[in-house]
Amino acid sequence: MIPLFVAIPLGFAFLIPLVSKYKEGFARACAVAGGFFLVCVSVASVYWIKTGAMTYAVGGWKAPFGICMELDALSVLILLVINIIGFLALVYSAEYIKKRYTSPGLYYALFCLLLAGLNGVAISGDLFNMFVFLEITSIASYALVAFGTEAEELEASFKYMVLGSIASALILFAIGILLAKVSTLNMADIARQLMRQGPGNITVLYCAALFTMGFALKAGLVPFHTWLADAHPAAPAPVSAMLSGVVIKTLGIYQLVRVIFNIIGFSQAMSFIFVWLGIISMVVGVLLAIGQWDFKRLLAYHSISQIGYVVFGIGLGTPLGIIGGLFHLFNHSLFKSLLFLNAGAVEFATGTRRLEKVAGLSNEMPVTGVTSLIASLSIAGIPPLCGFWSKLIIIIAAFQVQHFFGAIVCLAVSMVTLASFLKVQKYAFARKAQNPVAGIKEVPLSMKVSMVSLAILCVGVGLFFPVIINTVIKPAADVLLAGREYINWVLGVK
Amino acid sequence: MKQQQGMSLIVKRITKITVSLIFLFGMYIVLHGHLTPGGGFAGGVIIALSFIHLVLAFGKEIALQRLRESFFSAIESFGGLMFLGIALLGLSGGYFFLNVLPKGVPFTLFSSGIIVLCNIAIFLKVSAGLFSIFIALAIIRMPMDDAKEQSR
Repeated sequence: MIPLFVAIPLGFAFLIPLVSKYKEGFARACAVAGGFFLVCVSVASVYWIKTGAMTYAVGGWKAPFGICMELDALSVLILLVINIIGFLALVYSAEYIKKRYTSPGLYYALFCLLLAGLNGVAISGDLFNMFVFLEITSIASYALVAFGTEAEELEASFKYMVLGSIASALILFAIGILLAKVSTLNMADIARQLMRQGPGNITVLYCAALFTMGFALKAGLVPFHTWLADAHPAAPAPVSAMLSGVVIKTLGIYQLVRVIFNIIGFSQAMSFIFVWLGIISMVVGVLLAIGQWDFKRLLAYHSISQIGYVVFGIGLGTPLGIIGGLFHLFNHSLFKSLLFLNAGAVEFATGTRRLEKVAGLSNEMPVTGVTSLIASLSIAGIPPLCGFWSKLIIIIAAFQVQHFFGAIVCLAVSMVTLASFLKVQKYAFARKAQNPVAGIKEVPLSMKVSMVSLAILCVGVGLFFPVIINTVIKPAADVLLAGREYINWVLGVK
Repeated sequence: MKQQQGMSLIVKRITKITVSLIFLFGMYIVLHGHLTPGGGFAGGVIIALSFIHLVLAFGKEIALQRLRESFFSAIESFGGLMFLGIALLGLSGGYFFLNVLPKGVPFTLFSSGIIVLCNIAIFLKVSAGLFSIFIALAIIRMPMDDAKEQSR
């Protein structure tokens, strides 16, 4: 069952360019059906995986020798995020892409390729295989960012491509050094060999530094964030939602924590680095965001800031901190994708993303207005919406380990976030238009459906947060806390 | 003598002879991928080069009338689908990518099960993909290039 996560989107990615030339609408139907099936499989896999991991030997070659795929609770969390957001973004694309871009067939093919790569990263149990899927995802996203082929998009895509290639090179270099050191690529086997050699090895620390740099570049943490604010606004809105809601988390955070916690082993020094990377990202991201007038660019800077929360929470290293970090990762994917879809709807209806040029949209576009209000309150951490609980857990965790400075920064950044989203709400939706522009209409049905479902998810997760934490987040946090127990899950107890 | 497309007559004549040889060599590399160094990727690159020779020698207007971009993009997708199909065929034996076909005698042409088929799929994907990239670089003209040509 596990290979289906990759095989289905990959199959559609190759099938769509063949057929879509002759049959209009085939690409859309195919991609949406595939996305829906993937959502079903990933929701079902929540119930298969309670503890431990499920492994799959590709080609029948057993784990340390062949390539293996493995599914544990952390992968399930990431798969849920990828496939829910991916499916809703595909639903949203149905009208959005048809009206605004040519050659929808290519768009859906690239989108399916993106999904295949992301799912592959989440289920891979082999370090080099993970790198291959990372490259598939990256190349699909470079192409999708440049999909408009205007000067702005091409420039953003080129910048993204250069910095993304540097990140990939760093990661590949680290994988190469690890391979030379332990002569294996299976993640669990690497962890076992490293454990035999004992801690404190300088080569391994060097690899950890390279991995941290590479994955932080992919995640857009602060010293490495410069590509993000160009690439995310330039892409078509559903792709921005995927990039900001899913790609930076899967390629950045998921791989980083998988490598650091389960393979190399978490230590005090790494906790220090994670916490400070998180704090710097939170502060710098939000300060860059508050002065922005471009709706999508503002959201992109907030992504940097919110990813800072995730890394800060996970970096605390305590059970509560990791739960908070992973829960914030889940919530951020919901509300940030929703905000990007709202920004796309505003651009779709009015033709501009500048906040000072649009006004009073909540009368003409009630659905967009209400859903964006919900998302804005979620990201700012207003109870009982989902963002509040995860931020609360992170702050409590910071107090528990007596990291008061971090906790206060979290609170302050949350306040500034609220201020900047009040600005969005005031300018774009609430204020009266000085000279109203006629002909602004609410967006078509498919876009409304996907925005409303995300808003319902935001409220639902906020109201039923204990259920989500117990079924999805806590098992995922246990995977990270178990650390090198991972070896026994994949290779079997020796 | 009237202006003609592509390179001189000598180049065209030689290309007509060598292109088939290059193509044949590429095919040899693909089909012996499981026995000798090489395989789908290397053979695919060589075969794409044989098409690129045609375009270079005869000029893109003439060559691209015969070698259509849509045909190559269809072949490319088909190659990908074939590779995935082979992988899914393994599910009939219980595992993704399982080598379900009979392995045969080692070091003969018809041996090693699905590896030959995988090489052929990779060859389709790589040769068509590389040639499509070449066509894209040859066809697409930025507005800047046109302006430069007009100012000449």
